[in-house]
Parts: sequence; C-alpha cells; structure tokens
Amino acid sequence: MAKNKTAGKSINLVQRPIRKYAPVFILPTFLAFVIGFVWPFLQGIYLSFTTFNTPKDAKWIGFENYVKAFSDPGFVNAFKNTAAFAVVSIILINVVAFFIAYALTQKMRGSNVFRTVFFMPNLIGGVVLGYIWSMIFDGILKNYGTYLTANGTYGFWGLVILVAWQQIGYMMIIYIAGLQAVPEDMLEAARIDGATGSQTLFQVILPNVMPSITTCTFLTLTNSFKMFDQNMALTGGLPSAIQNGAKVNVTELLALNIYSTYNIGKNYHGRAQAKAVVFFILVAVLAIAQQAATRSKEVQQ
Amino acid sequence: MKKKNTYSTASKILTAFFVLLCLVWIMPIFEVLINSFKGNTFVSLEPFALPSSESFVGFSNYLKGMTFGNYPFLKSVGYSFYITIVSVILILLFCSMSAWYIARVNSVLSKVFYYLCLFSMIVPFQMVMFTLTFTADRLKLNTPFTIPIVYLGFGAGLAIFMFLGFVKGLPLEIEEAAAIDGCGPLRTFFSVVLPMLKPTMISVGILELMWVWNDYLLPYLVLDRTKYMTIPIHVQYLKGSYGAVDLGATMAVIMLSIIPIIVVYMFCQKHIIKGVAAGAVKG
Repeated sequence: MAKNKTAGKSINLVQRPIRKYAPVFILPTFLAFVIGFVWPFLQGIYLSFTTFNTPKDAKWIGFENYVKAFSDPGFVNAFKNTAAFAVVSIILINVVAFFIAYALTQKMRGSNVFRTVFFMPNLIGGVVLGYIWSMIFDGILKNYGTYLTANGTYGFWGLVILVAWQQIGYMMIIYIAGLQAVPEDMLEAARIDGATGSQTLFQVILPNVMPSITTCTFLTLTNSFKMFDQNMALTGGLPSAIQNGAKVNVTELLALNIYSTYNIGKNYHGRAQAKAVVFFILVAVLAIAQQAATRSKEVQQ
Repeated sequence: MKKKNTYSTASKILTAFFVLLCLVWIMPIFEVLINSFKGNTFVSLEPFALPSSESFVGFSNYLKGMTFGNYPFLKSVGYSFYITIVSVILILLFCSMSAWYIARVNSVLSKVFYYLCLFSMIVPFQMVMFTLTFTADRLKLNTPFTIPIVYLGFGAGLAIFMFLGFVKGLPLEIEEAAAIDGCGPLRTFFSVVLPMLKPTMISVGILELMWVWNDYLLPYLVLDRTKYMTIPIHVQYLKGSYGAVDLGATMAVIMLSIIPIIVVYMFCQKHIIKGVAAGAVKG
C-alpha cells in the first residue's frame, strides 16, 4: 500500500512536468510519422479502390483492382516464385548458418576472423550485391555459351545463392548467441552419461536453441517475401515469357511485380496499389504468426 | 592426453575447411577488386582472370567512374553521407525523446502513438511507397536536405520500439531525484536519461545507419533524380539504364561504394554485429 503510494507520487513528480513538454518531446516525431507513415498508409488503402494517376484525379471503382490483380498471371507467377524462393532459402540459409555457428562455437583457432568474414556481406546494399553477382554468374555461364537472364531457372537459383551468401552470416550470429546460451551443466551431464556427438546435438543442443531457430526461420521468411533490391539488380525479373496470353517476367518476386506494374502506365497505378495492399496483408500475417510462435516458445522455456 | 591430440587434429581439419570457406566467401568482393583494374572488354571476356599486362589499366577505371554517366560520383557520395548522417541523428534524437515521453506519460496520445509504432513495423515499404512519393513531392521533401524527415517518419516505429524496451527498464528514482533537485524535463532528459541510453543509441544508430546508407528504393522514388542521386541510385544508374555499360568503371564505382563500409566494419565490428542483430525484432 505504502509502496504504491510512493510509486504514484514519483510518477506524478516526473510525469506531470513532461506532459507539458509534449510539443518538444513527441510532436516532431509524431508529425514526421504521420507524413512518412500514417497518411501514406491510409491514402494507399483508399487509392487501391480507385483508378488514379495522382491522388487528385482518383475515381472510385470498388474492388475491380483486386479482381484484376488476382487474375493477373504476372502476380500469380510472382507469388509462386516468392513462395518457392522462400522455402528454398529458409532451408538452405538456416541449415548452413546453424552448422557454421555450431562449428564456430567449438574451440577453434581463428573463429572470430571467420565470424567477421561471414557477416560482412550483410553490410553491403542489395543493389550493389545484385550487380556483383550478375557479373559473376554471367562470367560462369559464358563458358557454357549462355547468360544469367537467358533462363528463369538460372535467375531463380542465382538469387538463392546471392541471398544465402548475404544472410547466412546474419543468421549465424543469432545461432551463435543461442548456442552460447545452452547451459554448460546440461552439456556436461550429457558427456558424463556418455552421449555421442550427434546425440548431444539432437537431444540436448537443438531443443535448447529452438527459440533461435524460430526467430531465424521467420526472419528468412519475411526477408524472402520483402526481397526487392537484389531481385531488381540481379535479373530485373527477366526473362519474359507469354503465360495465359499475358507477358510475365519469369524471375520476378512480389515486391518487384508491384513496382513494375505501377511503371506500366497510369491505368495500372490502382492495380499496383491493390497488389501492395495484398502484399501488406501477407507480410503482416507472417509477422503476427512469428510473434505468436516466439511467444509460445518462450512460455515453454 | 590422447583426447587432446584427437581434438586438435579434428580442429585443424575444421580450421582448414573454414579458411577455404572464407576464401569462397570473400571471392565476390575480390572479383570486383580485380575487375576494377581491368579494361572494359576484359571484364566480360575473362572476368575471373587476374589483371595481365594486356588487361591492366591502373586506376583509369576509377578516374572514369568519377564522372561516368554525366553525373559526378563524388556528388552522390556527398548526398549519401549527408542524408545518412542527418537522418540517423534526427532518428536518434527525436525517437529517444518520444520513447521517453511514451514510457513516462500515461496518456491517450502515448498509447495511440505506441500502438501505431508497433503496427508500422509490420507494414512493408511497398504498401506506402507510391503514396509516400506523392506526399513528399507536395511537401517538398524531395530534396536531400529534407528527405531526412521522411526517414524519421518511416523509421520512427522500429527506433521508438527499441528505445522503449530500454527506457522501461530504467529506474524511476534517478529521474525523481533529478526532479526534486529542480531539473526540468529537458534537463532531466539530456543530462540524466540520455547518458544512460548510450548502449541502445549505438545499436539503433548502427541499424538505421545501415538502412539509410544502403537504401535504394525510398530515395529513388522520393528524390528528384535528375538533380540528386545517392550511391545505390548511382550504381543502378550506371549499370541499369545504359545501353553501352562500361563494366570496368562500374566495378570501380562498386568498389568505392564498398570501401567505406568495410573500413567502418573493421573499426567497430562488435557494435555493428550487435546492432544489426538487434534489428531482428523487425517483422
């Protein structure tokens, strides 16, 4: 009771004066936030139901943009690509990152240098990465008389390799943190009980790093869904093909498809914005699922 | 004794394997480096060969890259530096202030802002990119001098969220003591709270730094591109929109854009890894 009273008092002591300073403390950020996020978001939802060139000439057309978006072979193709890309990169990145992290947490000479090197590609921007790798892939494929954008399969796997190279170091850092948090006495108990290396790995270590695995899986998932720069710089969605009577960019992922739809012309602005809303809902559902999964893991711990 | 021996052999093999793997890992960067010293035709002809007496052109690609594409590269570098530094300072200053306000003042505005911040973290840029461009044009935020406001707005969600996580754990007694000693809110914040926020400042700062410096789409859409470019836009411009691409010069420009990152990474590696990993909370 007494404690509550003092807590209340001290809150007042600090809170009351701050309240008067709201214009200084919160207003600049809040205004910028409205300009940079709230308003564009609301306007984006509205414009997805219209046909527009600029917001001024918007004409309400209901759900037409959404109907057109879902029947657009390019969007469907981009969705399938993104899903396939996400599955492949989640598996590749997480398996490799985990084993690198596992090896680096064993006593090994130079493990700090290795860590530094693996993490480095994360710091380079997606556009630059895309160009570096397009040069490398073109250089390799030249020996076989072909080039990166000649075939959708090359572009797909090229992007997988690029993104693996970029993100493995990042996930490795999270896994290293998870592995270092495995209680030493548990490992010692396993050693005393005569557990083999793989038994220790699968029955002691893996269950303990489950939270890290959840984090990394979802991170790779949302990263794959939001991939834009690398996709644009590596292949730009090329090659194009005709599918169901429409031109489709074979290696395009969702984010790039939204962008290129907008650039076709002003009749496509509304459709691009509708695709962006669908895209937002997808990403938001994934993010909320991640939160739920992480929470349930925390409760178990 | 026996155990120690087997351990060291296994460890030696593992180390050797990792040395190889690391060489593979830095190969792409090394490729850019060697190709930046080769003549244009040799880059596409024999991209993996080391520069020979025939293909070696010294620093001429770097000189060409400076003015290539009718836009001075150093201008892009200047704008990149300016935009990044100002945006990060704005974000660190204003978001830490807002986070403190939200944590300490229990009002409707605080609550609304907090939930909006959480919400903004799950919204991808594609959702707002077209409309943000319209708004930025109308409010004249389309220059390098005003674009930091856009960055403050779009980056506020994550920054405030991260600062809040830390501010909530600060003991109220210290601020209370400051208030009793006659500190107003401004003084309390700047001389009592801000120094305690330093570790979070570094994490958030690095995260925002990496984001703004490497960001391509936001400045590409928002800035008036005929006048202003940043490094990523410049690289894209050289490689993307040209019929006749000078690969040698492009590689030199790419190398120049990577060097500052690597230099900074060498010096504050620990902070960078910690800061970037802290961003894992973003959906």
